[in-house]
This record gives sequence, structure tokens and C-alpha cells, in this order.
Amino acid sequence: MPDTIALWRYTLLGETAWLVTCLLPDLALANRFAFALAQALRATHRWSVVLGLRSVTVRFDPLEVTPTEARAAIQHLGARLEPAPEWNGIVHTIPVRYGGEAGPDLETAARALGIAPEQLIALHTSQPWRVLILGFAPGFAYLGPLPAALHLPRRATPRARVPAGSVALANGLTGIYPSELPGGWHLIGRTDHLLFDPHSDPPARLQPGDAVQFVAL
Amino acid sequence: MLRVLEGGALATVQDLGRFGYQHLGVPQSGAMDGVALRIANRLVGNEDGAACIEITLGGTAFEVLAPCVLAVTGADLGARLGGMPLPLWTSVRAHAGQRLVFTQRRYVARAYLALAGGLDVPLVLGSRSTYLPGGWGGLEGRALQAGDVLQPVVPPRDLLRLTARRWRVPPTYGRMLRIVLHEGACDVPTSWLMQPWRVAQASNRIGLRLEGQPLHARVQSVDSFGVFPGVIQLPPDGLPIVLMADAQPTGGYPALGAVIQADLPHAAQLLPGDTVQLVPVTAEEALDALRAQRAWLQQPLAEDEALFALAQARG
Repeated sequence: MPDTIALWRYTLLGETAWLVTCLLPDLALANRFAFALAQALRATHRWSVVLGLRSVTVRFDPLEVTPTEARAAIQHLGARLEPAPEWNGIVHTIPVRYGGEAGPDLETAARALGIAPEQLIALHTSQPWRVLILGFAPGFAYLGPLPAALHLPRRATPRARVPAGSVALANGLTGIYPSELPGGWHLIGRTDHLLFDPHSDPPARLQPGDAVQFVAL
Repeated sequence: MLRVLEGGALATVQDLGRFGYQHLGVPQSGAMDGVALRIANRLVGNEDGAACIEITLGGTAFEVLAPCVLAVTGADLGARLGGMPLPLWTSVRAHAGQRLVFTQRRYVARAYLALAGGLDVPLVLGSRSTYLPGGWGGLEGRALQAGDVLQPVVPPRDLLRLTARRWRVPPTYGRMLRIVLHEGACDVPTSWLMQPWRVAQASNRIGLRLEGQPLHARVQSVDSFGVFPGVIQLPPDGLPIVLMADAQPTGGYPALGAVIQADLPHAAQLLPGDTVQLVPVTAEEALDALRAQRAWLQQPLAEDEALFALAQARG
């Protein structure tokens, strides 16, 4: 267990928020610590708490509590924290049409990785991925971390329009576009599953801590 | 009750925003200039957070369908009611058949039109704010267009009581944004920061893109983290983006710091082509500014006696 004093870095964002970053190099473990901190903060404070890949952004009213007091309260919670479990027991099975029109970047992504498209699909469906955070757009889940064999930087030129349901990967992560959005990730497939509905409660189907198992159609 | 005759450049229903869903990727949305929205609501006797119409640039026109009390705050967009100039920051009684038109921009960008009794559009995730990129919230998730009818949630009984109330000291909108830089992330030369910035064409409710001399940060991208309106991002092109109401709640670009909360209404009033100055201040100064703004928001409403007498005479 690392020394919890040196586990977090505090950065004041403006005068109304602390960005609390977990310093552990391992993304999966850092994310589980950040998730645990976010949950502890939500259970004890009425602040806005947004989970980052390895961080938590905590917004407070600086006229109710000074930044110094807010930091002390966060440190108090962060000091005695266990990482959240690797998996919360919920797994979403998501069928995907890989390649072709549904995944126009499958071949180029596979070539860049030095593997066959079939191998890319096999790796992508080989195990469930953890929902690390929701962000970027309503209901967009960052899943991973992916094994090194699937690490690719973003596309040099982002697309102005990525179709809803597109399954994509970049920067060691994979994700599903919940609606039509601009995007720079490599599109390897598509699903018909609806992931975000503002008229449902909760509006997002995938939640941090859940797992997603992709299945090739 | 109002009917939209012309949608204009951009008019949307907004309240103070959608809170409690940012961890699901849902933007805050809401009025760009939250202070102007609050005051508009107070003038017509609404709760601070009632929905209003955010009118950008002008070209928007309404027909009054039933007697009501309304107020316009924020930008002077040359509003006229029944052919007469409409006093801003003042509640006014409007009569059936009158036209309310927003003719043109004078200096700043966004006006807020409050109707006594609020605006009856459905709550989506706890807010009446329109989120245009998602196509939900507000009126069917879109900008107002000709033919739309807006009704109050609760029609007020005593219109006269709500008439001719005035905000004594309206804000003076400026083209200077105070910012708190954060230590770490990147080294930001003051000379670079203090250059005159131009608000780029691509700016919108999601963010203000600033044009000037680029600064190429050593760090090009970081692991996505929670951001909010006011945060200043530095993408790889080296030109800063000030996140605004519809910004996504997480971002992967390095952040330089944030526009102080008290100055967000000034940022909200900028438009493409405007020049703006960024001025670094300490967090302590930012808190003082916020304290002063909250105190200013506590001021009581004034009664405009001449306008009240006029309203009384008209019945």
C-alpha cells in the first residue's frame, strides 16, 4: 500500500475547485482510488464531484468554505481510503458489428498496430473492460485500460461527425459514441445499443465501476 | 403569453443550469450570463432560477398574446415594445397585440427576457435549459422559431404589483477577464497572456476560442479530468479556449487556470470579433470579487414611479 500522504496532488482550478490527481502510475489503480474518493466525497458533502481518469474535480462555494478548508476536508477523506473494487459485479454485454461501414478504421488501425483485423477484434472482445469515467459527451464511457497491443494515438485529423453507436479506440482506451459527435478516435465497429437517454433515470446506462464485454456479431 | 414571430440569430430557453449530472458527461448548460438571468427573474417576481429566454445578437421578435409582465436584462439589443424603446433592467407591463422586437446589438451579446410566472417547458434532468448539441431541454431541444408559443408556469395574479420595478445599478460589461492561473500544468509567460486576444468565429455556448500569438505547451494532452465553465484550456494549436455553459464536463487538454466566477458574465457577453484582455489575479482577489458581486446581488429593487403611474393609468 503506497504512502497515502503522497498519493494525491492538489491543484486549485480557479477559486472554486480542487483538481485532486492520484499520483500512482498505474491507470487502472489510480482510477479506482479516484473513484473511491469521489464516492466518499459524494457521501459526505454536497459539492459537485466529477471523476477524471485518474483524478477528481471538486467544486465548492468558496464563500461557504475557503479553498484551504475544502482541501483539508478532501485530504481527511483521502488519507484513509481503500481503492474501489476492480469490478462492481455489473457487466453489460454489447454486440458490435466490426469493420466495413460500421467500423471504417478497423483495417488501418489493425495495420498501424501490426496485427490482422481479426486479431484486433479478438483482443477487443477478449475480456470485459472497466468503465473508468463518463465524460466528453453525455453518456460517453471511457473503457479500459486496453493492453499495449491495442494502444494507438488519436487520428491525426478528427472527424466532424462520428455516427451514434460507433465503437472506437485511442490512447489506450476504448469507448462508444452515445450520439453523433465530432471525434478523433479510430472507429472499429458500431452497436445499436442506446447508452444515453436524458428522459430516463439514470440517463446513462453505463456507470463508472461497471464492466463492458463486447461481442462480435 | 408570447408567440415567437422571428427566432433571430439564436434564442433559447435557459435557466441557471443542469446540476448533479456532470459525472455522467452532461454539460451544465444554463444562462451564459447567470447574473443577468437572476436579476431578470427578480424584477418580474420569479424565483432566481426560473427559465428565461436567452437572446443572442438580436433579430428576435415576439407578439404578446395575453397581458403579462416582462423584463429584459443583460445586453442592450435595441429592444422595443409596442414601437417604443423598452427600458432595460426594469419590469414592464405588456399588452395583448404588442410586439416585442430585439433590433440589433449595441455593445454586448446576450439579453435575457423574463416573463412573470416563468416559462412552461418540461424539466429534463432537473432543468429547463436547452442543450442544443444534444437536442434536448428547453423547447424541444432547439432554438426558438416562428410560431412557438411560450406560456408562464403559473400565471401571476397581480400584474400591476410586479410592474415598474427597477434594478438600481446595472452591471457595466467590460472586455477584461480576470483569471486565476494554476501552478504546474504549463509555464505561462505573462507577456503572452496579456496580449490583446480576439474572440474567434468558432466561439459559441460551448467555449470562447481566443486568437492571438500561440503558445506551444510542453504538455499536449493529459488524462481527462473534470472541468467547468471558466476553465481555460490550451489545446495543441497553442490558442486558449475559455469553457462556457455548454462545455463538456471533462477535458483532456492542459488547463492554464480559470476565469474568476465573478467575471463569467463578462465572458458571456463577448462575441466573435471582440477584443478581450486576460488579467491574472490571485485566488484571494477572486474571492473578494465574488463577495462583492454577491453583495451587489443583495440590493433591493427600486420602484420606478413614473413608469408605475403610466402602467396604473393604462389599467
